[in-house]
Amino acid sequence: MTDAAGPMLAADGTPLKRSLARALRRQKLRALLLIAPLLIFVLVTFVVPIANMLFRSVENQIVSETLPETIQSLDGWNAEAGGIPDEDVFTKLYIDLFIAEEQKLHTRLGTRLNYEQTGASSMFRKTGRAVGRFDTDTYTDGFVDANGDWEDPAAWASLMADAGARAALPLTARSWDRWKAVFDAEGKELKKRNLEDFLFTALYTDLNAGGDAAHAMVQSAKPVAEGLAQVSLIDAFKEADKKWGEPEIWQTLTLYSPNYTPGYFLNSVDLERTLDGPKVKPENEQIYITLFGRTLWMSLVITGCCIHLGYPVAWLLANLPASKANLLLILVLLPFWTSLLVRTSAWKVMLQQQGVINDVLVFLGLVDDASRLIMINNQFGTIVAMTHILLPFMILPMYSVMQTIPPSYLRAAKSLGATNWTAFWRVYFPQSVPGIGAGSILVFILAIGYYITPEIVGGTKGVFISNRIAYHISSSLNWGLAAALGTILLAVVLLLYWAYDKIVGIDNVKLG
Amino acid sequence: MKLTKTLLASTALTVAGVGAVSADGHMASDMTLVSWGGAYQSSQQKAYVEPYIANNGGVSAVWDESSAEAVAKLRAMNEASNVTWDVVDVVAADAIRLCDEGLALEIDPDEQLAAAPDGTSASDDFGDLLVSDCFIPQIVYSTTFGYRTDLVNGTPDSICAVFDTAAYPGKRSLEKRPINNMEWALYCDGVAKDDIYDVLATPEGQQQALDKLDTIKGDVIWWSAGADTPQLLADGEVIMGSTYNGRLFSAIEEQNQPIGMLWDMQVFDLDGWIIPTGLSPEREARALDFVKFATDTQRLADQAKYISYGPARLSSAPLVGKHADLGIEMAPHMPTDPNNAANTLLYNYEFWADYRDDIDAKFQAWLAQ
Repeated sequence: MTDAAGPMLAADGTPLKRSLARALRRQKLRALLLIAPLLIFVLVTFVVPIANMLFRSVENQIVSETLPETIQSLDGWNAEAGGIPDEDVFTKLYIDLFIAEEQKLHTRLGTRLNYEQTGASSMFRKTGRAVGRFDTDTYTDGFVDANGDWEDPAAWASLMADAGARAALPLTARSWDRWKAVFDAEGKELKKRNLEDFLFTALYTDLNAGGDAAHAMVQSAKPVAEGLAQVSLIDAFKEADKKWGEPEIWQTLTLYSPNYTPGYFLNSVDLERTLDGPKVKPENEQIYITLFGRTLWMSLVITGCCIHLGYPVAWLLANLPASKANLLLILVLLPFWTSLLVRTSAWKVMLQQQGVINDVLVFLGLVDDASRLIMINNQFGTIVAMTHILLPFMILPMYSVMQTIPPSYLRAAKSLGATNWTAFWRVYFPQSVPGIGAGSILVFILAIGYYITPEIVGGTKGVFISNRIAYHISSSLNWGLAAALGTILLAVVLLLYWAYDKIVGIDNVKLG
Repeated sequence: MKLTKTLLASTALTVAGVGAVSADGHMASDMTLVSWGGAYQSSQQKAYVEPYIANNGGVSAVWDESSAEAVAKLRAMNEASNVTWDVVDVVAADAIRLCDEGLALEIDPDEQLAAAPDGTSASDDFGDLLVSDCFIPQIVYSTTFGYRTDLVNGTPDSICAVFDTAAYPGKRSLEKRPINNMEWALYCDGVAKDDIYDVLATPEGQQQALDKLDTIKGDVIWWSAGADTPQLLADGEVIMGSTYNGRLFSAIEEQNQPIGMLWDMQVFDLDGWIIPTGLSPEREARALDFVKFATDTQRLADQAKYISYGPARLSSAPLVGKHADLGIEMAPHMPTDPNNAANTLLYNYEFWADYRDDIDAKFQAWLAQ
């Protein structure tokens, strides 16, 4: 064969290489189609929700969606100077909050910002109630007195359809569009009484900024706007809540205006965002690093306990006659068939100070009645209860690996002069390592994510990071922070898995 | 063929069913009620749901015991646009949060709730207890202390007994959250009752409260479920502990445990109904109809036959009678009884809405130390 002979051809005349590739591709496609239902199922029910949840750890659109005008006009404002913005920004805030209040979004934003600045929650709730009563009705009355068309929604609509007027009154046009969209979305009609003061405030602002159009309504309003004294919205806001006059809320708004924020991640490693970049939180608020460290450390201890307790049991299981081994296996599996809560509560009954173990110790005279042992509501309790609960996950992989080790190897080692220990350590143990590896990975990863058991028996020192995640999901409702903590936990597990692969090798893990 | 027929038949049945429902005053016939389980939920079942079903044939109600996670679950349901609950029992603080997030329906008390028998409007009858636009108050409960009468010396009559480990040695159980504990700590550290929240709003005040709690930290078992303290008291694991007054009532009167009530500085809180937003008009109408019935004067008084929580209406108080099974007068066991309410605190909703995240971070960091 030489190159000159050309490529090898298949029976139908196409080059063999291409024909083979096509056949393989078809095969792959068929395989893919076969697993497609499972793949789609896993994607839809597992990957997508998790990705969605993790995405919340950076998501922060709520600020710019609720206060679009304010955020835009804060763009050029210098937060570091430590003052408060000017009247223009407050006008935008007034318009944004008025629209947000109608949609009941302002309290949601308050809740969001309260995670970053204490007091924001009541600030937005109070201000939301107050915006409808600001003194801006002088604008409304002034414009309506000059031209009755201003209190006619149809006249507004036709004015806002006029390109010239829109260009002259940009803020009014934008506010009108948003206001109308709110009513359209609810399927309601914008009525006369819905022409609220904030629309006229926008109009006043536009006209005094030099906006001018040939439209009759604009012409009638122009002199009114020039004649009317400006209502100080800074004062109005300060009256609603004096914190609007302090720099903190404005710094927080500036820091959290982008659509995506690293804030939740910083919080979950005990840092906080400031104008000068990330800063370590005060010592009396640091908790997450401690909890991450404790979770990893205690999970390692639990894994270690499971290895030491599980290995002899797995060895017995693998080496006893089948009838006895089956009975033992049922005993190992029995806890699986009992509810997790029942098992954990049982440990409570056993370990508490007036519990079974202490009672027995006192009865035997080993412990004085006044100094009963504290074995629960601390790390010891968590380790005992979790070791018990996770033990089957260690025993089963070990057992299935040990079953495949031929007993003749041990006998051969001994017949060649090895002591019992040498035979075990040099011959048997190395062959059982893959089982230990598999069991350890299972137990460790399960332990890291546990939360019910530590919650019940862990007291204050035996709780895990998952308890904080659960707290933020169901109690504080700070889902962003919960997502960030979850993402970090996931990253740590993946990192440890990678390290395990590098050090021990994942090929060394066997489930049987 | 058979499958097609079955499908057709079931579709026809469903259509007929829906038709029947809309004929019946445009109200859904199934309700999912959410509550806390246990004795409290069964008091609601007996006082509200059974009479309601007796009056409205064909209506059925199922319970979901998820009130503890109601806010998180409702938020998730709302995001999925599939709200499966019709009426939800929540504490007032959660009602405020649900209202803030737009997850609960706003209620006009005078339009949508029953007036008192003497004609007093619902808004006057409930008075200050209408703490949120979405909240329909049901009961006043309190978080207070119980102690083992056989394990402590004498009868403690001040909240500060909790912090006095010399006079009352032994373990105490406190809730694993800052709310209430911080107030009690400051009060027993000499802060005047009226100043508690002003002090607690400052970092120094928060530290002062934690320092006070620190003096008993080694003697505290922290609880997270209301049933923990009665159990810990019954086992003798703790000599005194905080929990909801109704839990202590049932431990004392129904289970005859040697437990005494320490009413001093009990913290009043409210519990009531909310109706989720995003229900179909039929379900919303049914939910409103049920809530109107379940919070009228007689029904609220009836609930007190089964559990020792005070009815939220002024007009219900005179109607409170005897316990349905035990036959004892319920009035002296109510947290609102003048003998019990000599020194009380009212849960400060606005303060905790603002400071909850901040103080909780410090509290948890302190716990973990």
